[in-house]
Amino acid sequence: MINQDGVWTRWFRYLTCLVLVVWLIMPLIPLAIWSFARGWFFPDILPRQWTMQAWEYALSETAGVLDSLWLTIGISLSATALSILVGVPAGRALGMYKFKGKEVVELMILAPTIVPGIAVVLGIHSVFISLGLTNTVQGVILVHLIPTLPYMTLVMAGIFSNYDPAFEAQARSLGASPLKTFWYVTLPAIMPGIIVGGLFAFLVSWSQYILTLMIGGGRVVTLPLLLFNFATSGRNDITGAIGMIYILPGIFILLLTAKQLSGRSGAVGGFGRI
Amino acid sequence: MSDRLKIFLLLLPAMSVIILLFFGGLLIGLMRSFNYMPVIGLTEPNFDAYIAVFTDEEFYLSFMLSLHISVTSTLISCVLAVGAALLLRRAFIGRAIINFLFQLNLTVPHLVGAIGILYLFSQSGTFARLAAEADLITRPADFPALVFDPFAIGIILQYVWKEVPFIGVIVLANMQSLGENYESVARSLGASRWQAFRHVLLPLIFPGLLSASVIVFAFTFGAYEIPALLGANYPAALPVLAYRKYTDVDLAARPEAMALALMIAVLSVVMLFFYIRYSRRKVRS
Repeated sequence: MINQDGVWTRWFRYLTCLVLVVWLIMPLIPLAIWSFARGWFFPDILPRQWTMQAWEYALSETAGVLDSLWLTIGISLSATALSILVGVPAGRALGMYKFKGKEVVELMILAPTIVPGIAVVLGIHSVFISLGLTNTVQGVILVHLIPTLPYMTLVMAGIFSNYDPAFEAQARSLGASPLKTFWYVTLPAIMPGIIVGGLFAFLVSWSQYILTLMIGGGRVVTLPLLLFNFATSGRNDITGAIGMIYILPGIFILLLTAKQLSGRSGAVGGFGRI
Repeated sequence: MSDRLKIFLLLLPAMSVIILLFFGGLLIGLMRSFNYMPVIGLTEPNFDAYIAVFTDEEFYLSFMLSLHISVTSTLISCVLAVGAALLLRRAFIGRAIINFLFQLNLTVPHLVGAIGILYLFSQSGTFARLAAEADLITRPADFPALVFDPFAIGIILQYVWKEVPFIGVIVLANMQSLGENYESVARSLGASRWQAFRHVLLPLIFPGLLSASVIVFAFTFGAYEIPALLGANYPAALPVLAYRKYTDVDLAARPEAMALALMIAVLSVVMLFFYIRYSRRKVRS
């Protein structure tokens, strides 16, 4: 019955496929065009003049876009590294052990994936003021742990539920120290999970807006904040260039991990947060 | 080392982060919303902030707007995503392309999609220019307001753009692991295509669809930057209203902001609760 489709069904399928392809890439096209346009006014369908000015501006040392790019990379890498450090042990506990209250612990770790950032960040802000963490990079990194840690933990719990601790016991009985056992036995076995979970955590942190805006207080200007500022100030050409730069890491990560994104992995839920 | 101690130590760092930052943030927000903060001398809790919020017409308008945005975006995204997944589960030429575009779209932050929608649908955007080219309009103002509009069309378009691939990828994985045997049996027993979909496939993919929808609903209800960029000034979406109140020069508005934030949290927790109850019942039956 699979090959029973008539001509009309096939045409319908090709047509919807075409509509879908156009719809999926459409919003990115004006951004890309704007980044090369000079004075692209209504009602011109295409710019009259093409220029590299927006890119030259965005990539110049003085404009601050590059500073913002390095800052964003630094914040996302730090948040990812902390998520790995904290999430791997938690994933091990949840993946390998059954214990009393496990459901409650799981629920608590899952909660930040559903509850929106704005709901918690206002309260955090008033505490961070007294701790001197507002308007600092450290404060922003810390608050980025809220959305990144759950996904890291979930991915690692999945890895550890298929993990056999007998190898560790063998290494220990052969005289390896706990540190050596971890380095040579455990770490290689869980590395795929760390990589996938880490890339997810990076992307989730990379896309944070309101957490950075509130805790950074406008002083910590990551790429999304800069992008928003240019978008609302009407500099469409520079917005286009920054927008293109901003989506690059995601595309790069996609090319690295396309297979992991098939939707079978529980980590795909992380994309609801980007 | 006993297992209990081991589990405790393994969980300690993660639970500290979650409890101190996440639940701590919620708790402080709750206390401030009742004007209760002993550290800064506020020792007598009251309901002033809630009274102020509930007697303000803007709150009801904002709440309804946010509800409209999430319900409409989630429903449209679900329908289109299931349709797209049905299209994509059969092998054909376009499948690899769409699959790649779905994944690409998943990695593009919402903010970039929002700016794209702004450049496409604003009154001097791409579609307005195409309409002018076709002599349908003469001035930008003739083009219907699709962004900054009272019906939040631009916001919903952006969410649909971003969430169809998200739900689609999850539902597609679900369908592919189910295979087509169940439907084949239904069809051979005389069910129509619609019946086979409605009574066989849909109930099977429903749990996955529901879990994706809960994530989408909570996100679209609580996201700030998309309505801040594409929304009308008044009424603003609930998260935008909360942010405005919090950053108001009048510090007295802060407890109101906390109250609004808490209501967003409560709604998402209710969603989480129903989701867990429902998905567990599904698993048992």
